Amino acid sequence: MLVHYPGPWSPLLGRLALKEIPYQNPILVWTFVLVSCAALAIFAAITYHRAWGYLWREWLTSVDHKKIGVMYCLVGLVMFFRGFIDGVMMRTQQVMAVGPQSPGYLGALHGYLPPYHFGQIYSAHGTIMILFAITPILIGIMNIVVPLQVGARDMAYPYLNAVSFWLTASATALVMISLFVGDFSHAGWVGLSPLTELAYSPGVGVDYWIWAVQIGSVGTTLASINIIMTIIKLRAPGMTWTRMPIFCWTALSTSVVGLSSFPVFTAAVALLSLDRYAGTHFFTPGLGGNLMLYTDLFWIWGHPEVYYVILPAFGIISEIVPTFSEKPLFGYMTMAAASIAIGGVSWSVWLHHFFTMGAGPGVNSFFSIASMLVGIPTGVKVFNWAFTLYRGRIRFDLPMLWALGALVLLLTGGLSGMMLAMPAINYTVHNSVFVVAHFHNMLNVVGFAAIGGINFWFPKVFGFKLDERIGKRAFWFFSAGTVVLFGSMYALGFMGMPRRIDYIPFVSWRPLLMSEEAGIFLFLIAAYYMIKQMYVSIRDRAQHRVTGPDPWRTARSLEWLTHCPVPFYNFALLPHINSRDEWAWRRQNGLVNLRPDHYEDIHLPNNTFVPMLLGALAFGLGFGMVWRMYWLAGLSLLGIVVAVIARSFEPDSGHTIPGVRIREIEETLPEELDGMEPVADVAGGVVAFQARTAPRAPAQEP
Amino acid sequence: MSQEAYIKPAHAVLWQSHPPGHDVISTKTLGFWLYLLSDSMIVSSLFASYLVLNHRVNAAAGPTAGMVVHPVVAFFETVLLFSGILAYGFAMVGLKRGDKKAVLSGLASAIILAVGFLVIEGVDFAGLAGHGMVPERSGFLSAFYALVLYHGAHLVFAILWTLVMIVQVAREGFTENVVYRLLNLKLFWFFRKRFNNYTLPLIP
Repeated sequence: MLVHYPGPWSPLLGRLALKEIPYQNPILVWTFVLVSCAALAIFAAITYHRAWGYLWREWLTSVDHKKIGVMYCLVGLVMFFRGFIDGVMMRTQQVMAVGPQSPGYLGALHGYLPPYHFGQIYSAHGTIMILFAITPILIGIMNIVVPLQVGARDMAYPYLNAVSFWLTASATALVMISLFVGDFSHAGWVGLSPLTELAYSPGVGVDYWIWAVQIGSVGTTLASINIIMTIIKLRAPGMTWTRMPIFCWTALSTSVVGLSSFPVFTAAVALLSLDRYAGTHFFTPGLGGNLMLYTDLFWIWGHPEVYYVILPAFGIISEIVPTFSEKPLFGYMTMAAASIAIGGVSWSVWLHHFFTMGAGPGVNSFFSIASMLVGIPTGVKVFNWAFTLYRGRIRFDLPMLWALGALVLLLTGGLSGMMLAMPAINYTVHNSVFVVAHFHNMLNVVGFAAIGGINFWFPKVFGFKLDERIGKRAFWFFSAGTVVLFGSMYALGFMGMPRRIDYIPFVSWRPLLMSEEAGIFLFLIAAYYMIKQMYVSIRDRAQHRVTGPDPWRTARSLEWLTHCPVPFYNFALLPHINSRDEWAWRRQNGLVNLRPDHYEDIHLPNNTFVPMLLGALAFGLGFGMVWRMYWLAGLSLLGIVVAVIARSFEPDSGHTIPGVRIREIEETLPEELDGMEPVADVAGGVVAFQARTAPRAPAQEP
Repeated sequence: MSQEAYIKPAHAVLWQSHPPGHDVISTKTLGFWLYLLSDSMIVSSLFASYLVLNHRVNAAAGPTAGMVVHPVVAFFETVLLFSGILAYGFAMVGLKRGDKKAVLSGLASAIILAVGFLVIEGVDFAGLAGHGMVPERSGFLSAFYALVLYHGAHLVFAILWTLVMIVQVAREGFTENVVYRLLNLKLFWFFRKRFNNYTLPLIP
């Protein structure tokens, strides 16, 4: 049954052998040294501060949606950095390897990366950026924000939430370990078939890719279920569908997209792994396989996936823009409808990724028109944001800068997308770096929005703001880098430069390639400032500490109603929703400084180490299958089944925090009034009166 | 239409006075429906692959659908499978009455019938393999086996889960946790039936 593969194999170690550790490659060795030193330093610091118990109790075993969200973001940011370094390496290789006269280093004919290594880098860059950087960051933000915005104490399934996170984390660990043990796929992030078949890629690289994306996509599917259920089931009383904050609408739409598309990816990759492990012929060129089947299945997931990342970004922009325009969002209903529409259209456009594969004019026209249709709901959104800005009292705080940057990028990226949606143009620029420039432009929209969202909600989670001055520097360098790099790349695309090449034959392209290199250098400076911003803000957190529940003073939705940082129970009493922008409504009606007149017991789920165990076992399964150590994979799978069954026998009763205790906690929290002075001219026009207790709620009007 | 009703701030209710009755069972069941949605996406991908690869070219001069599907065997398999699901249905009737014995016997007979299905399927496939009709033979056979074995794998997990439920019902009775799991398992079994329903007309 199991297919014969080239090379030695032992029952204990599978295909793993000392020669698989790339200790001859100086780049990887120095990376390894660097990573090990950093890891050792972190371990030492944790041990020195005796923080292991704290880490275990408060983070690793936590089922709190805010902590899981923060861990998601942390994993995503680390991988963002890793993917970025891959980008730097690619840009540097391309600027070095121009023309036949260009010198070669480190065993490469031109530049410093041999083609095989270059292939691994662009495959890793794509896979990491979309699946292990931006997706976890957005899921992290949704994890933190959605329960707060709907007025819930946690996600619908806190335990499943932790499982999703640990699956994502173990998938990420698989990608990272492929750096130092074996190698990574060289077949692009799309897993070009039949290049991914065993006959053409006999190494473990494609296997690493398969198992990493497989485990990660299971985690994402489960996360989508959780977010949908949180929105459907756990909305606070009074929050009708049309009172739901707009970010929740986009989170709902995106989760429906994720829930329905990721399983297709799971199936496509599972069939590919059957080809590689069981010797079947789904996508092989011979014996009745069909290459286009893979391409279709992949993009049936692949296109919804890019909307999966853009929709939460739209939601974040829709939260930031009204806050810093000091106006309600223009066209709430159309905005919600547009979010759902984009999710729906995402299903009927996948073929535009391979217009040139000869599907015929009828099919191409259908998908061309469907792709252009996406422009309508997206245009609705752009105009709604523009009208929200119109005559607003605009403040250029850091989140607003990122959101406006995203808007500009969305315009250019959307227009180049319109061009690509036309088959005639697509035939010309297909497989050129024009396409690469287009989707980097669009994913930069997501990146800008995500960074804006992190800056926006950071004080909500941690109680202090990120440093504004350094953050603005990061923003400007990031924006300049985007323009310089991807502007040049658009131009090179028009000149016909193909994507994914490690050697550039035309010397005339060198100036633009150097401009791209300058762009990545600007990104490097931006990355420096981002890390510095994080470091300085945490170091000087006392100065950056915020008071009151709404550090931006003009925020609108429900999450700003509870304290900064959010206590572990989110809301002492679940709020009753009276308006679409509940917090803005309470602020405008002077209802912000009230405290509930009574507290009630709060029931919360217990911490559990099982999700982390499942993550570790999933890692064992993936690693065992990659190296064909079947005993390890089998044991891990057995372990997963046993752990799931064993946990089902636990009563899982959770614990109850008595209302008296909640009152104590609430009374030790800093005075809400600080910074929320009822000054007439203050941003947002706060007119609060000072009542210490809530008026007894009379019977609700019919 | 999008205009909201105006609520007088002085009469507004700001906090809910009592915690909501948290409906655990419906939350869990609806979530399981969503899982089934994702699973049916996998199934539809497999069906799509099967339909694409069910072509003479993809049979690679090997066996075609008519040669690997035995309608008589499939008939008995279907009878067994549907009887198993019926037995599970009887267990659910027992659950409504709170009758532990009926639930346990329903679950046990569902398992027995499902195992019967798996045995017949195993014998059938062993026969096919004896004639060289293995998944490695052609793209068509790969898709055929992937589809039916995915169904079989579900059944294995359904049996395993039902075994666990037998133990839990016997040990704990009908607690909230046990009841929602029984309901989800019901959905899982009926999902198998839908799967089978779609398989039958498509396979030949």
